[in-house]
Amino acid sequence: MLTIQDLQGNRKQANRERLMRRLFGLAATLSIAISLLILYVLADGAFTFMVGIDWQWSLLTDTGWFPRRERFDLRTIVTGSIIMGTVAMFVAVPFGLGTAIYLSEYASRRVRTVVKPIIEVLAGIPSVIVGFFALKVIAPDFVVPLFDPTTSRNMLVAGLGIGILVIPIMASLSEDALSAVPGSLREASYGVGAKRVTTVTKVIIPAAVSGLVAAFIISVSRAIGETMVATMAGGFDGAGPYSGWSVLSPGLTMTAAMTNAAGGTDAVKGGPSFDVLFFVGLLLFLITLVLNSIGAKFVNRVRQKY
Amino acid sequence: MALMTPGKAGQTASEITAAQLTSSKRDVAGIVMLVALLLTIISTLLILFVLIGRVVRDAIPVVTGEGTAFLTNTIGSNPATTGIWPGLYGSFFIGVGVVVLTIPIGVGAAIYLEEYAKPNALTNVLLVNIRNLAGVPSVIYGVLGLIIFVGWLKPITGGSSVIAAALTMAVLVLPIVIITSMEAIRSVPEGLRDAGFGVGSSRWEVTKDHVLPYAAPGILTGIVLSLARALGEAAPLIMLGAVTGLLPQPSLDGRFTAIPMLIYNWSGRPDLPGEEIGWSNAAAAAGLVLLLLVLSFNALAIYLRNRFEKTRIGQ
Amino acid sequence: MTDPTQPPEPPQSDQEPNMEPTTSTSENVDVATTTPEQSLATRPVAAEGNIVDPDAEVVFDMNDVSVLYGDFRAVRGATMKIRKNQITAFIGPSGCGKTTMLRCLNRMNDFIPTAKVEGTITYHGVDLYDPAVNSTEVRRRIGMVFQKPNPFPKSIYDNVAYGPRLAGVRKRAELDEVVEKSLRGAALWDEVKDRLKSSGLSLSGGQQQRLCIARAVAVGPDVILMDEPCSALDPIATARIEDLMREIKADYTIVIVTHNMQQAARVSDMTAFYTTEVNPESDRRTGHLVEYNPTVKMFSQPDDSRTEQYVTGRFG
Repeated sequence: MLTIQDLQGNRKQANRERLMRRLFGLAATLSIAISLLILYVLADGAFTFMVGIDWQWSLLTDTGWFPRRERFDLRTIVTGSIIMGTVAMFVAVPFGLGTAIYLSEYASRRVRTVVKPIIEVLAGIPSVIVGFFALKVIAPDFVVPLFDPTTSRNMLVAGLGIGILVIPIMASLSEDALSAVPGSLREASYGVGAKRVTTVTKVIIPAAVSGLVAAFIISVSRAIGETMVATMAGGFDGAGPYSGWSVLSPGLTMTAAMTNAAGGTDAVKGGPSFDVLFFVGLLLFLITLVLNSIGAKFVNRVRQKY
Repeated sequence: MALMTPGKAGQTASEITAAQLTSSKRDVAGIVMLVALLLTIISTLLILFVLIGRVVRDAIPVVTGEGTAFLTNTIGSNPATTGIWPGLYGSFFIGVGVVVLTIPIGVGAAIYLEEYAKPNALTNVLLVNIRNLAGVPSVIYGVLGLIIFVGWLKPITGGSSVIAAALTMAVLVLPIVIITSMEAIRSVPEGLRDAGFGVGSSRWEVTKDHVLPYAAPGILTGIVLSLARALGEAAPLIMLGAVTGLLPQPSLDGRFTAIPMLIYNWSGRPDLPGEEIGWSNAAAAAGLVLLLLVLSFNALAIYLRNRFEKTRIGQ
Repeated sequence: MTDPTQPPEPPQSDQEPNMEPTTSTSENVDVATTTPEQSLATRPVAAEGNIVDPDAEVVFDMNDVSVLYGDFRAVRGATMKIRKNQITAFIGPSGCGKTTMLRCLNRMNDFIPTAKVEGTITYHGVDLYDPAVNSTEVRRRIGMVFQKPNPFPKSIYDNVAYGPRLAGVRKRAELDEVVEKSLRGAALWDEVKDRLKSSGLSLSGGQQQRLCIARAVAVGPDVILMDEPCSALDPIATARIEDLMREIKADYTIVIVTHNMQQAARVSDMTAFYTTEVNPESDRRTGHLVEYNPTVKMFSQPDDSRTEQYVTGRFG
């Protein structure tokens, strides 16, 4: 017969187990601390900003974004983000989705082993370098000759650059969505004698639509959060009425407004022209959070379906 | 179809079937689709090649002119003699800091979430939170770093310094390390854990002796990819106050810079006419260095992933 | 003895199992409707020499044990005593809870978050599920061999030495001794003694399973639980493992889950038959213990008609 003591095990080992569990748990909860800190830093700074400029809602609509003159027309920078983001998606969706469809439904195994790494290489290109590319190639060699804009740095150039950056994300997430469609659906379609193009357009893409929407939304979120290309090639100019813009105008995104406030042309340490970066940062954080959450919900829908 | 379509008079049934099976009706829609898709792929590849090609091309005058002195010179006011040494210094220590910090914290968090955490609401909150953090724009991590690491922790970090930058970048890539490590740990077959528990191993012993060794290649791949990402980020550097001008004596706790910052700054400087080596050449050269670094790390990660997948399948 | 108007209850394990097959005294047992010739042809034959000592020390005393996953009762009300140095087989159709029951004996069900065990299981008199009991310690004394052989991706030597190393054995000479003894005990030594450094995964399926047995043995348990250990193996490997079980039963108490009735008949001393019943409202199946008796009796003259039907192959 045994006693309970025999089955209690080693006290030292039990302590070690508890210690490791606590350490790992601590590491995991650190992530929550990071989120809270981000929120705190942004909210605190935004509050300081609002107090500093004697907050009135009308301040948001004075035309033009000139922080040093205390003109904070949010519409300027939000529109800048939207326009550049839209241009970017006009590039990213056809190239990204097209690549994904080709890799998922058409390409042979050999082609895949060549093309996929190349897409991964594109994904690894740092955004500064795409910014360089936008300044030295996209602007002088494409946009200027073709469209003859007033400034060589404008929202079209920056948008195209951001689009290039987002292609790999769109491609990879779209491919995930297409691969998640079960093979049995493909077999069913081919089995009744459908052509490949019919299967792809009428069966697979509709089946993958949740995942494709998720890919789109998450790509938009990345485009809006992109900073370097927008800062380098967007052509900072806060002037101009909010309604009269074309993609060939220079523009400012929320992200570029933040970098300008910190270290760029508006840099004055402290004071509202600096503190505004917290305000804009909070706005940007919330927008990307909402977009990412919606995207995640669509991803979950895919998971539940299959 | 074979039964319903009449054949020509006098044809046998098999002749009719043969004719139908071999008829070459043009699949116009299919061809259009295929061409369109091929165009997108080829264009994408083309964009990549033009991009890299332009960086290389613009960098050549610096490579042939200055040569390796570019790597050891400090930042100068003349593009023909400028170097990126302070940037290399900064990027190196940022990389070291990222690896040193993300391995214990990132892998530790992943171990907790995959091996120890019960599937309850709190765990779900942790997971959702990590996924959200992975999607936060890098410039916001820069703001966080500015206030916390440059501001609050100034006594430890020395203010706007490499240490602050390393901490900021580590926080930026931490969610990615956690997510990739979780995936690697999840791929460990349950039978391996069963075997460990079956001989009376504790949870930590099973994790340490069986799960981690098996998941190590995947975890390593994630860390290498995160390192590549951290080296290429510029937006946080701007927020942290990285220097773009003279920096003769880089140190760990003083003003700092890193390669992406130099690329950013030099790209914006106009080229003077008549210059053989202008700032855009210097920017391209710095970009070339960065590309080589980042792409080799990516290649290393892919190599690691493939090599260890083979030993798995061999089992 | 039994009330003729009540349906027969599953035999309680505090009835001492008899050595000789008894004729059933309950009038409510259905007479098998197959002819004697037919039932003999499909009925597994218990090996001779499976003699059961009714007074052997009780290792596991299970009293009204149920396992629930959340609010789903997977298996209910099992009461039985498992005795020392015997091979006890759990048989029954799939889904009847035999593996669930087995995993209760070494607290492997702890790893399923929603699993809950009701009733009591004592091991040498100690309540296995007492909060003070350390489940890791339990698994050092009650080892387990799994359905799919799962050697560690290490060398053969390191596989077997793993358990002793955990227990603190460090000296090379001692480890060598334990490894050899365990591999001999698993009837694997002669085949691998020249390649102890090669990977455990380089062995054949049957050898891997014997390696897993050696690994379990090296820890020095007094009980070995086996969850369908031969189901992934070919017949020759299966036979070798069955021989092994008979050899080592003198040193260990073995509980084996098997869906192969013939194997249970060949190898075990005591057999427990589980089956499922469908809950008419929820359409969920709950397993329960039908009968627990010496193997010789289970396969010739079981007490319960359901057992009779199962062992003659008429269902399951």
